[in-house]
Amino acid sequence: MTRPLARPRRKNPLKRTRAPLRPPAVRSRTAHGLTAAAAEGHFALQVCTDCRTVIYPPRDACPACLSPRVPFTNIDNGGTLVAETSVHTSTEVYFRERTPWRVGVVALDRGPSVVAHLHGDVAEGARVRVELKLDKAGAPVMMALPEQDTPDMADDPQLREVTCDPKFRRVLITDGRTAVGQALAKAFSEAQASIVFVGVADPWKPFPGMNSLRAIERVEIVPLDLTDTESVTEQAQQNGARVDIVVNTAEHVRAGGIVDRHGLTVAREEIDARYFGLLRLAQAFGPALRARGADGVNSATAFVNLLSVHALMNWPEYGSYSAAEAACLSAAQCLRAELRPGGVKVLNVFFGPLETEWFQTVPPPKVAPAALARAVVDALKRGLEDVFVGDIAQDVRQRLAVNPKALERELAG
Amino acid sequence: MNSSPSARQPYDGVVVCAPVTVPYRRYSTNSAHWWVGRALHELVRQAGVRPQDIDGLIVSSFTLGPDRAIGLTQHLGLSPRWLDDVPLGGASGIVALRRAARAVQARDADLVACVAADTNHVDSFRKTLSSFSRFAQDAVYPYGAGGANASFALITKNYMNRYGATREDFARMCIAQRDNALSNPHALMKKKLTLDEYLSARPIADPIHLFDCVMPCAGAEAFLVCREETATSLGLAAVRLVAAIERHNAYPDDPVQIRGGWAVDAGELWAMAGVAPDDVNFVETYDDYPVISMMQFEDLGFCAKGEGPDFVRSHTLTNAGSFPHNTSGGQLSAGQAGAAGGYLGLTDAIRQLTGKPLGAPVPDARVGVVSGFGMINYDRGLASAAAVLARAA
Repeated sequence: MTRPLARPRRKNPLKRTRAPLRPPAVRSRTAHGLTAAAAEGHFALQVCTDCRTVIYPPRDACPACLSPRVPFTNIDNGGTLVAETSVHTSTEVYFRERTPWRVGVVALDRGPSVVAHLHGDVAEGARVRVELKLDKAGAPVMMALPEQDTPDMADDPQLREVTCDPKFRRVLITDGRTAVGQALAKAFSEAQASIVFVGVADPWKPFPGMNSLRAIERVEIVPLDLTDTESVTEQAQQNGARVDIVVNTAEHVRAGGIVDRHGLTVAREEIDARYFGLLRLAQAFGPALRARGADGVNSATAFVNLLSVHALMNWPEYGSYSAAEAACLSAAQCLRAELRPGGVKVLNVFFGPLETEWFQTVPPPKVAPAALARAVVDALKRGLEDVFVGDIAQDVRQRLAVNPKALERELAG
Repeated sequence: MNSSPSARQPYDGVVVCAPVTVPYRRYSTNSAHWWVGRALHELVRQAGVRPQDIDGLIVSSFTLGPDRAIGLTQHLGLSPRWLDDVPLGGASGIVALRRAARAVQARDADLVACVAADTNHVDSFRKTLSSFSRFAQDAVYPYGAGGANASFALITKNYMNRYGATREDFARMCIAQRDNALSNPHALMKKKLTLDEYLSARPIADPIHLFDCVMPCAGAEAFLVCREETATSLGLAAVRLVAAIERHNAYPDDPVQIRGGWAVDAGELWAMAGVAPDDVNFVETYDDYPVISMMQFEDLGFCAKGEGPDFVRSHTLTNAGSFPHNTSGGQLSAGQAGAAGGYLGLTDAIRQLTGKPLGAPVPDARVGVVSGFGMINYDRGLASAAAVLARAA
């Protein structure tokens, strides 16, 4: 049985903050097929197109028939734990300070044996489900979990190394004026975050939902305006060293493309609120996040970007907006590389049109703010890196994988 | 294709001689090239030949990089007419012997120097582990970075679960080898090992504890392969190669390794040798971990699969015992000098069969079996090999 996490004590400021270390990160190019699956929470191994053999470790030819056609394919993740060990002596410093570290061999129902990290609630001989996770190095690893959920299983120390669970962590939501920001505050509070800082620009100005936001347990409203460098810097000085998860909820949604707009006023606002806002936020909070990646139970763990799925492919009806979102996506990729040394994940949550004022004229399906908030918390609990929320986002994701050019033409209407 | 493979040609007229061990050191600031050079220097001295008389060279080393065998020819001033690299870790010795044997039979070469050497710098072990193979990098090393210890812990645990082997069984093997090592002046381990010390040693990766693990070190081993008449003309005490097998990536569908490639070919080994397991006076297994030695007892036919634990309980494994095993202490007590660990059993066997052991002799040693095992690429050792050697008539 997993021992429930103890609420972390207040940190002794005289004690040294443990420097984040990373497990071995090098993988072959082919093995990044596992990275892609882990990033979205799928369990995919190579399956030979010609003879259907399931292949692991990743290879460039089928070991049963030598076919070069061995694409990664989502498959069933059931198996049996055949043998386990606890590693007491490791050559890597990351594991040295975490020993004993349990690993085992799982015989997958679909064929191959995989070496996997073990959840504390799995025992030799037992049925397990194997999930692909991204470890502190951002590299894909197999993790064997009990076949059925067990009490407090998310608190398992080895599992918590590969997730970004908000439990007992401190969260900053950058904009509490939006419906999404308010839904997220509620979701993080319910997920047992220890403090939910919610940024509000000009907090003396009332806004819809203000009272119910204040009423959420462990919510603390703080002044924050992402379009104002000074405001962001001040907030980072105030709370930057005790924020473990940053969620950028800044929105700037205006319909319209490029040719029919006059001048750059709206585009400037879009870029300022979204792209420069993200940069201000990352510059102010990034260094402390990266330094605190191994700071105990409430270590820094994630930077969350909410991105329109049209960051991936322009939607000309909201063309200028899509371009600003694309800029944010590109910046998020840079941020991912920059925060990885701290073991801090950058989670990109792609969504389609929201059930909010600014998408009033857009027909359904649309994403309810509460659904988006649930998806964010769920993705953090699972340790994902890319999620697609709602039917439109899922649809765009799939069409992009099949034929991006078709998607481009079809989004043009 | 025929359903059964062709029968092998015998190794008639092939002998092995001039066993060389360059005494091991825990750490060395010298390069692998230095260790190879020392081994060959001693080899030509012992054989009474000039360096340029060596017309065949075969090399195994993990730490020679960026060089390989060809670079060594220039480095050491040799001009062989036959050259090979054997990157097979613990199977290197026997595989080198097999290749060299065919070269001298075919007269591609007359005098083949077989050499394995590795240095051990501080931190070279971690570097070797982290980049050992693509599969290790993708699918093993990121899981606790326990190296071979963790992989063999899983193999050992599975074997114990399945066949009822206990830590006491492995202790018997380790303690007997240590006894053999006490008379070997080169062994790194100098103290007697007791059951209590073995059982209470610190865990490395359960069920592997400290004395189940070899000590990585620097060292070199070498020998000469030639035709019998060449050895006679040089006045060298020589040993006949009577049979040898190798097999790679056998039984890939076993979920965890419970057997090696020896099990595929052991019948042919004994048939070719014209002797039976009972005729063997001593066995040198590749002992990176005791469970692997136990598997070799089974797979080579000294007992049936799963009977390894009983076999060990019912025999004394010292040189004076009923089943002399790893006669100079094996890697577990002598040290593991990288690829030279794959040569250790061969140089020992040559010495026992020519009556010049480093330590305690096996009484009246006439026939010995040497086996090799190497390259844990993902979750199991891929290369296995074995040879039967006999005292020259």
